[in-house]
Amino acid sequence: MAIDALVISEIDSFYGDSHVLHRVCVTLREGEILALLGRNGAGKTTTLSTTMGWLKPRHGSIAVFGEQIGGLAPENIVQKGVALVPQGRRIFPSLSVRENLAVAEIKRKGGNRPWTMERVFDTFPRLRERKSQTAGSLSGGEQQMLAIGRALMSNPRVLLMDEPSEGLAPQIVAEVGRIIASLREEGLSILLVEQNLELAMTLANDVVILNTGRVAASGKASDIAADQEVLDRNLGVF
Amino acid sequence: MQFWIIQTLNSLAMGGLLFLLSAGFSLIFGLMRIPNLAHGGLFMLGAYVGATLLGQSLPFWLAAIVAGALVGALGVILEGTLLRRMAGNEQGQVLITLGISFIIADLCLLSWGGDPVPLAAPRGLRPPVFLAGFAFPGYRLAVLGFALAAALGLWMLLERTRLGAMIRAGVDDREMARSVGIRVSRLFSAVFFLGAFLAGLGGVIGGPILSAYPGLDADMLPLALVVVILGGVGSLPGALVGSFLVGIIYNFGTALFPDFAYVILFLPMVVMLVVKPTGLFGRAMR
Repeated sequence: MAIDALVISEIDSFYGDSHVLHRVCVTLREGEILALLGRNGAGKTTTLSTTMGWLKPRHGSIAVFGEQIGGLAPENIVQKGVALVPQGRRIFPSLSVRENLAVAEIKRKGGNRPWTMERVFDTFPRLRERKSQTAGSLSGGEQQMLAIGRALMSNPRVLLMDEPSEGLAPQIVAEVGRIIASLREEGLSILLVEQNLELAMTLANDVVILNTGRVAASGKASDIAADQEVLDRNLGVF
Repeated sequence: MQFWIIQTLNSLAMGGLLFLLSAGFSLIFGLMRIPNLAHGGLFMLGAYVGATLLGQSLPFWLAAIVAGALVGALGVILEGTLLRRMAGNEQGQVLITLGISFIIADLCLLSWGGDPVPLAAPRGLRPPVFLAGFAFPGYRLAVLGFALAAALGLWMLLERTRLGAMIRAGVDDREMARSVGIRVSRLFSAVFFLGAFLAGLGGVIGGPILSAYPGLDADMLPLALVVVILGGVGSLPGALVGSFLVGIIYNFGTALFPDFAYVILFLPMVVMLVVKPTGLFGRAMR
């Protein structure tokens, strides 16, 4: 049996005293995309924050390719091969495009076609044109591409993406979607949080739906997409 | 005419000194999110140590660098032992820096006594420089030149090296910097050394103008705060422009409006806090 890329097992997370995640379980298989869906406040971003080490889970475990990462600091978790494209992009605005990529570079032994600055520029030619500009002066779409490129510079095995389509024009959303699909083709495992249901269902192999901090449904993307009752109950407007 | 020229030069020399003091203060503030209230104490300690080294007949600039390095080493020790234990507790860290400043002040009083200790300017810079018929105090010109050179060196370090880019990334977004693998706690040590080194160095270089005396720390710290509020937290250009602004406002303000001497610096600070709370070059931090 192959080892799964990311296994989040029964985690509880808190913001201060507020109990946000209740025994959340997510299993991401190697080379697949798992879409994490749910309404605002359902705990999607909290799940990613806990995985990245921004919050320490008070219960449960998180493993990357069998290696426990729960409770480690973010700078150690990224060394284990997890990278985050955060909500709101959070590129370093006062650094140039090139510097944003350079500070995030982690070289790893082995692996074919490692991510380098040149390869990021080949994937996102717009970034090469603007490599000396400060990142804060980029458009929203360019910032999103920089945030993705920055995450790839650490040569991750598991990529966490928090609403990569948020606030982008439709043609840019389509481009981001193509890039996510091509990253999976290379064998990267991706945990995708997305409000854009159509994009998520098109890309994902599996889906987990959160509702008020609990797993409400999970399964194959095609099955969940066909279950209108589950979608209405957990994603629909009240 | 002589008045304007001399006041301008005094302003610029004071601005240069303030830059040495506040560049490190601003970087520490930007990266660690705490005002290092011991920064004035480190400046004063540098001045006293420099005076002792000069007494051992070390050349002036060597004494300044050795004193700066000693104060820098002390800064690293304080950060690595006391502040690191309080990681994440920013209020606790601020209080610790305040406590450190009291300890430094008392130890200085114990070691060097209550009388001001003068520091002699380098021999070659004592005579005035004559330019276009005006006499300029040579040492103040040198202070200005030295501060500008230090600003250039710091700028190169921050803008042209990977370490500098990491420091700026940490100022922009500390949580995200850690998440791309930057070991922010190591940056804290590096920035604390740099900041304490510059403060200690500044204390020696300011010595021939200010002397070393009890209370020098408390005189300098508020100036660094005003510089950072005007220029913006964590910004090197902000520290440079803020320092010269404070130098100009302070010198001309007290000369032209002596009645307002006490408020003359804090008025522009209050205006800045109302109009642009992030300062001239600052950004909102996350």
